Amino acid sequence: MADTAFDVLIIGSGPGGYVTAIRSAQLGFKTAIVERDHLGGICLNWGCIPTKALLRSAEVFHYMQHAKDYGLTAEKVGYDAKAVVQRSRGVWKRLNDGVGFLMKKNKVSVIWGEATIDAPGKVTVKTSRTEAPKGVLGPGAYQAKHIIIATGARPRVLPGLEPDKKLVWTYFEAMVPQTMPKSLLVVGSGAIGVEFASFYRSFGAEVTVVELLPQILPVEDAEIAAFARKAFEKQGIKIITGAKVTKLEKKSDSVTATIDDGKATQSLTVERVISAVGVVGNVENLGLEKVGVKTDRGVVVVDPLSRTNVPGIYAIGDVAGPPMLAHKAEHEGVICVEAIKGLKVHPMDKNLIPGCTYCSPQIASVGLTEQAAKEKKLDVRVGRFPFAANGKAIALGEDQGLVKVIFDKKTGQLLGAHMVGAEVTELIQGYVVAMNLETTEEELMHTVFPHPTLSEMMKESVLDAYGRVLNA
Amino acid sequence: MPTNILMPALSPTMEKGNLAKWVKKEGDKVAPGDVLAEIETDKATMEVEAVDEGTLAKIVVPEGTQDVPVNQIIAVLAGEGEDVKAAASGAAAGTGQKAAPPKAEAKPAEAKPAEARPAEAPKQAAPTAAPRSAPTPAPAAAPQGDKLFASPLAKRLAKEGNIDLSRVQGTGPHGRVVARDVEEAKSGGAQKKAPAAAGAAPLAQPPSDDKIMALFEQGSYEVIPHDNIRKIIARRLVEAKTTIPHFYLTVDCIIDNLLKAREEINGSAPKDKEGKPAWKLSVNDFVIKALALALQRVPDANVTWTEAGMLKHKHSDVGVAVSIPGGLITPIVRRAELKSLSVISNEMKDLAGRARAKKLRPEEFQGGTSAVSNLGMYGIREFAAVINPPHATILAVGAGEQRAIVRNDKVEAATVMTTTLSTDHRAVDGVLGARLLGAIKAIIENPVMMVV
Repeated sequence: MADTAFDVLIIGSGPGGYVTAIRSAQLGFKTAIVERDHLGGICLNWGCIPTKALLRSAEVFHYMQHAKDYGLTAEKVGYDAKAVVQRSRGVWKRLNDGVGFLMKKNKVSVIWGEATIDAPGKVTVKTSRTEAPKGVLGPGAYQAKHIIIATGARPRVLPGLEPDKKLVWTYFEAMVPQTMPKSLLVVGSGAIGVEFASFYRSFGAEVTVVELLPQILPVEDAEIAAFARKAFEKQGIKIITGAKVTKLEKKSDSVTATIDDGKATQSLTVERVISAVGVVGNVENLGLEKVGVKTDRGVVVVDPLSRTNVPGIYAIGDVAGPPMLAHKAEHEGVICVEAIKGLKVHPMDKNLIPGCTYCSPQIASVGLTEQAAKEKKLDVRVGRFPFAANGKAIALGEDQGLVKVIFDKKTGQLLGAHMVGAEVTELIQGYVVAMNLETTEEELMHTVFPHPTLSEMMKESVLDAYGRVLNA
Repeated sequence: MPTNILMPALSPTMEKGNLAKWVKKEGDKVAPGDVLAEIETDKATMEVEAVDEGTLAKIVVPEGTQDVPVNQIIAVLAGEGEDVKAAASGAAAGTGQKAAPPKAEAKPAEAKPAEARPAEAPKQAAPTAAPRSAPTPAPAAAPQGDKLFASPLAKRLAKEGNIDLSRVQGTGPHGRVVARDVEEAKSGGAQKKAPAAAGAAPLAQPPSDDKIMALFEQGSYEVIPHDNIRKIIARRLVEAKTTIPHFYLTVDCIIDNLLKAREEINGSAPKDKEGKPAWKLSVNDFVIKALALALQRVPDANVTWTEAGMLKHKHSDVGVAVSIPGGLITPIVRRAELKSLSVISNEMKDLAGRARAKKLRPEEFQGGTSAVSNLGMYGIREFAAVINPPHATILAVGAGEQRAIVRNDKVEAATVMTTTLSTDHRAVDGVLGARLLGAIKAIIENPVMMVV
């Protein structure tokens, strides 16, 4: 076989694409991956990972400012915005190199450029806007029995809120500020919105968040979102829900926004605006119309095994629809390529995909919210446990938070778990494993949780659902 | 202590194999991982590797021996510092076949040096030789031992739904029964095959999806994913057509009397306040009743085949194929021989309505002793239906139509309905099937018999 013919060719090397490539190679397929910008995609380069690096700086800064609470002194506490950004970019660089190494190790051919599908089995790669790194294949015609689209998503642009890179930012610019703005308007209160609100507030910016829906963090459980909102407001973040930004007036170094909450309008002048109104799939310029791949509202239409309507063409991750999360993309890709191999696979249960938001306090959840369970006419038992009653949380000085679980009253099935508070993003996986193993309240109650840990709250909230809570 | 090297099982189903070649000779030193011998089956040749270090003391089964049973001793390995000769003779005792009893008695004494080294002892229990890439004899289905391999939620759902978990085919990791399997079992699928079927020779595999898709021009079709009901239908019908030896009997029934009776009975139905009659019998209701009565008249045909024995049913539980969106389902009129036509008719209306709404309970469509499938309303003249296990028969009913018949040497017009009985030949032979169909015809043609 020539070096232009592959068994599996993946377009996009984000977390979905590169993990799919590795699994594909493990299964013995001759595999190629096409990338136009950075190995690792948005997640590694402009998303999940570098924002976590930024938020870590914010967290450490916050602790330094509150050193007194821990009996410590820290004088002349300050920050260097450039150094904070530099650290974040350093983290990116390390992981970016890591993906290159993984491709090499697994003998996945990296093709540099923009890919277009000409027909099932045929892909043309054109030169892209970025320079190709060493050791990759260049533009040209390639063949592959199976083509997997993993092109991800990009920030949604609302009319009137068009980002200009200078005053109106998307996450790209928000991640690499030259200086910390003194005032900031964040449009949208999803994960990206609140994470940046949290970050910039930690560094002293006057932050206002505007959300169209009545609830911030609209996908989260209402009780958890309300808890988080209170915490944000206590930190000094201004939150306006049920409101729209109708107009932006730009001056040389400030923006005046008109905010309409349906009853009245107000104007707000800020140094910068972050547009975080969601993301849309990258379905353009792939030749999808030509080969007849169906798309719907900006994402590729796929079946539960990620097959499009055209045989031999698949789509995974953000471009294949919500939830647009890296871990969903990875898992979807693995299932997709295992199904191609003919292995016995089960489609992913999207209800069991956890979601994590790394603002302060953190938010983590899996499964149905209380409201969704009730909409499904399920008879539920709800258990709650507050951080304020957990020994470890108090010792950490992080006594604000809540763990909430939702069970099916009839079967004892754990339907959902929702948490807000310190380190909950590291805790949620306990419930995810439990749900995947189809445990009921009984097994959770029989499980010994180590003391003293935050995880004890996970058991206590289960006990609470059944009227057996011990420490509250 | 010398260790015995046994004939390995290269696959879970392997019972014996040929000892193709000895790579090591008696007296050779071996190290773990060394290839000792080559074993072949009809499918593959594999290597037997040494697990322990030692000296190949004795080759018990010579090269070229055919059909060596699994677990027979094929050689003996003497451990380090052990007397090779003693090990070799001890081995013979181990086979228990050629050795004389006194020698077997002597074995423990000879093996003493090894007993002084307890660290070596546990190795005895471990297999001494394993084929390269030893296949794990992982059971495809959940283990049949006392421990049931099912998720906690699956267990609870099964308990609530009154489902026997040991009969549910697990699709989770390593055959674990998970919640979706119980849900599927509730709707009639995912039941484990009978043990006999599991032991049978593997069936020819249908061509792969890729091969089928390759026959069509790409882009000339759309792939519509299967829903559960489609998968269940596919699985159950493949099971029925591949495990049940079908044969077919066809007969014409003259139904003028039946139609007349139907008209009279429907015409005399009392009406409620809204003018709705208390019953409105369909031709199919008569067919259900006729089949139920015929099964009582020919009780040897009211049976179910099992490997253990024939289940001879006391009642006629008649399933009726009902078309529902995306598939079909067969709700059952229980003890139909005891029910009046109006009761059958109203029960069928209720069952069919709830079948379409997907509201049937599992006990309403699982089981039954025979079934009716009627395509007469679509103008089908005759067809043969696929038996719906655990039934032994199914009656396929065509349209009632005016045809010319010959009666008393004269050609006359009559309303004729062709019926075809599909029969499981394991349970119902030709003559028995003919008697059953004869009884059905007699009752249909003389519907008065249905009231006695």
